[in-house]
Amino acid sequence: MAGSDNPPISKPRWLLAELTYSCPLQCPYCANPVDFAKHKDELSTDDWKRVFTEARAMGAVQLGLSGGEPLIRQDLSELVRHARGLGYYTNLITSGYGMTEAKIAQLKEAGLDHIQVSIQSPEKTLNDHLAGTESFEHKKEVARLVKKHGYPMVLCVVIHRQNIHQMRDILEMAIELEADYLELANTQYYGWAHINRNALLPTKDQFVTAETIAQEYKEKLQGKMKIYYVVPDYYEDRPKACMNGWGTTFLTIAPDGTALPCHSARELPGLSCPNVRDSNIADIWERSEAFNRFRGFEWMPEPCRSCPEKTKDFGGCRCQAYLLTGDMNNADPVCALSPHHDEVAHAVTASLESADQPLIFRNVKRSKELSETS
Amino acid sequence: MILDPSQKLSFSPLHRLQWEEAQQKHVILYPEGMVELNATAAEILGLCDGTRNLTEIVGELEQKFEATGLTDDIREMLEAALANGWIR
Repeated sequence: MAGSDNPPISKPRWLLAELTYSCPLQCPYCANPVDFAKHKDELSTDDWKRVFTEARAMGAVQLGLSGGEPLIRQDLSELVRHARGLGYYTNLITSGYGMTEAKIAQLKEAGLDHIQVSIQSPEKTLNDHLAGTESFEHKKEVARLVKKHGYPMVLCVVIHRQNIHQMRDILEMAIELEADYLELANTQYYGWAHINRNALLPTKDQFVTAETIAQEYKEKLQGKMKIYYVVPDYYEDRPKACMNGWGTTFLTIAPDGTALPCHSARELPGLSCPNVRDSNIADIWERSEAFNRFRGFEWMPEPCRSCPEKTKDFGGCRCQAYLLTGDMNNADPVCALSPHHDEVAHAVTASLESADQPLIFRNVKRSKELSETS
Repeated sequence: MILDPSQKLSFSPLHRLQWEEAQQKHVILYPEGMVELNATAAEILGLCDGTRNLTEIVGELEQKFEATGLTDDIREMLEAALANGWIR
């Protein structure tokens, strides 16, 4: 862009391959789009291999194999082998459901670098309730097998009102399972989490208590276990640097080949996202309208445009701006400088007032119902 | 983290040290993360293959670069690497 104060286009470093939207679990905070059931036409093995090759040629080096549940793809080992051969660091992001020791060994042999296992709660009843599937003992067994086969083991627990009081037990479970990394991911309110927000958003007091406990363990476990703490957007006064800036680092490919600047961008109306069936990755990354839409600073309205912090947070999250203000072009309302910052407080109040709202579980039936009414 | 100068240092099996053509630099890869290394750090970490201790690494690099007095810089780098879990 001539005469622009936008920085030059950087190369993708992170490729998130959402191999399938199919999943045996039904977590009500799933990051997949609510209308996932509409997008059934999954990429073939050869499509995925081409995507991996093209993104790697541009410089992508971290590859997340995710879903849905990626273990459902019968070609998973073949894809891992191809990716590892290209030099990717390959991360499998799984619920553990359907994992066997033979599969863990087979993936290791194919070159898989790391397995992240998610557990919903350190308590069986709540875990199985949230997952919508009896899975607790098996997940713990998978976590042990991941260690046994020499992988770094990352335990991921999504935090929300239903389990935030278990923070100490979550950390003790991670110690018991000898996790190398523990990701404590405060729920981000997109996709299914957004429609379940009133049932999931904890109070500020709950957050503060949980964070204090996490901090205590972080210090205690230094050098033994790394703890990643995903901050709760709704109680911050500055937005996160979402995706490290739009179209700078992250490339997500949805199961049907839709290329997204972030895994939630599919929710943004009016953003026409390209498909890897029609274009190569370099074209998509450098020239598509969607990837250029929020690059740099020129798209920004005030107060971001003249804000000295714009180089730090890139105006925050487009999906959050859309979900909370109805317009993806607005400043992220998490920012206290946003004229829409009140919307966050309204969301918090609304959730506290409807605390007994039942959870909507993520499954094909609900997805179909919800996408018909939307 | 204090480094025992006689301890043989090896690169962590939970991390990967790799040359990245696109970035023209070495990087350390680990679950969902990456650290970019400068040439010096890559040189030092490349010698952590389980056969050398601090003293031997310093000796080797001082000889290679025809320099002296590198001990403090190398120790500092390796102590940071140890604290980060890149070596053990």
